[in-house]
Amino acid sequence: MEVIKAKLRLYWPLIKSMQTALLVITGLAGFMSTRCPLLNWKTTLAVAGSLFLAVSGSTILNMWYDRDIDAKMKRTQKRPLPSGELSPREALILGLIVSALGVGWALTMDWLYGLVVFAGLFFDVVVYTIWLKRRTPWSIVWGGISGGMPVLAGRTLGTGHIEWIGIVLALAILFWIPTHILTFSMRYREDYARAGVPTFPSAYGDRVTQTIIAGSSVIASLLMIVAAYGIGLTVGYLRLMAVLSAGMLLLALGSAIRPSENLNFGLFKYASLYMLSAMTLMMFVV
Amino acid sequence: MKKMSSLDRVLLLITGLLAAYQIVVGVDGAPALSMWAYTVAFGVLLVAGLLLIIMGFGVLESPWVVIVSTIIPLSLSLGLVAQYAPQYTTLYGIFAVLGFLAIVYTRLTPSTPKKWAIMVLAVVHGIAGLVIFLLPIILALKGVMPGGFTLVGVGGALIGVGGLLLAFLKAGKPILSEKTILTVLPGLLLLMAAAFVAGFAAV
Repeated sequence: MEVIKAKLRLYWPLIKSMQTALLVITGLAGFMSTRCPLLNWKTTLAVAGSLFLAVSGSTILNMWYDRDIDAKMKRTQKRPLPSGELSPREALILGLIVSALGVGWALTMDWLYGLVVFAGLFFDVVVYTIWLKRRTPWSIVWGGISGGMPVLAGRTLGTGHIEWIGIVLALAILFWIPTHILTFSMRYREDYARAGVPTFPSAYGDRVTQTIIAGSSVIASLLMIVAAYGIGLTVGYLRLMAVLSAGMLLLALGSAIRPSENLNFGLFKYASLYMLSAMTLMMFVV
Repeated sequence: MKKMSSLDRVLLLITGLLAAYQIVVGVDGAPALSMWAYTVAFGVLLVAGLLLIIMGFGVLESPWVVIVSTIIPLSLSLGLVAQYAPQYTTLYGIFAVLGFLAIVYTRLTPSTPKKWAIMVLAVVHGIAGLVIFLLPIILALKGVMPGGFTLVGVGGALIGVGGLLLAFLKAGKPILSEKTILTVLPGLLLLMAAAFVAGFAAV
């Protein structure tokens, strides 16, 4: 029992629990915006379980592949792989098993749902992490596409096909990603430079990066409102969504006009809260 | 600056949830302008609460705080005037816009004498606060609105107190010590939000 506990303690940081939870919530929001979670509680639990495994699996594989650059960054050098607490072989096997379980479970539920879940994992691990992350700052586009897959998968499972609301929600997440990731890469710019990972701030400077953050925040907010309208949120909830979106827009504009470390990190945190709030609204009010 | 405690965060979160609730349910019978104005007021309260939770009391150091904290009473009072004293909507609307612009100008122009900036702030805040405080009470006393609507007036009084405490703190002439103001602020915001929500629920 103690051995299992020790292993779980070691494995837990590999899945970036907060990020995984946020992605699972987007998937649940996608599904619950089409079907009542109480009447379909078994499927709802299965969506949560399969997405948790697939997202966790891809995160473990990312950690395994990026262990060399994690060792160079102060923020990440204490993670189990760069610190040597866990062997790369064990992490790779764990990542492959968890990924296979997640995608396999998803495929048994519905082949199209499983395909979208697999696409998310493929874009994240192969296209984003292995192929592009160390080559171009534009890799975040592919990270964003994979981030949008859980919500698209949830909608696809609920409706039985890929439809416009699911695509708009996935696009909203794609455009939300720069607000999330670029503010982060500005805060930890020395870390990324030390590891040789190209980022927007290092390639194009802060001004361009802030402008991209502001622009993508505008598009993400608009897309989220369009999706909320398409889902059928009532006027009151649309008002609330508009208020939350306006908060993100103003922060992004403020950060672009008068940049500061505090405002930048405030925007980063608000963006996460915004996504969580928007997805929660879609989950419970339809 | 005072560090934000867990209790502060919980109080601010409940404040934000109350503001979110009010945005969703709206106010019965409110015309479009009032609904917009109420949404702006509670929206600012919600976002400001979230920013305080995320960034701590340090966010109050921004020069924008005074400007943003003026939006709440101005838009709320405009909403009330448009709904319950529509004959004064245009006049009050002009005052609200000009008052807001005057505060923005005096806050963002470094050459403005401090005395002027405080005076403009006190006049605009004071009038807006009085409208929120008095209008619901007068309407309830006249029997036009139920007694519970006076809670909106209570909220108005609280927002006046909070706004002035913050404004004078930012102006460098604090009425109470910074520590005391920051200690009572989350509770004050929660009471204010609760009073508004309860008051509007009585409509």
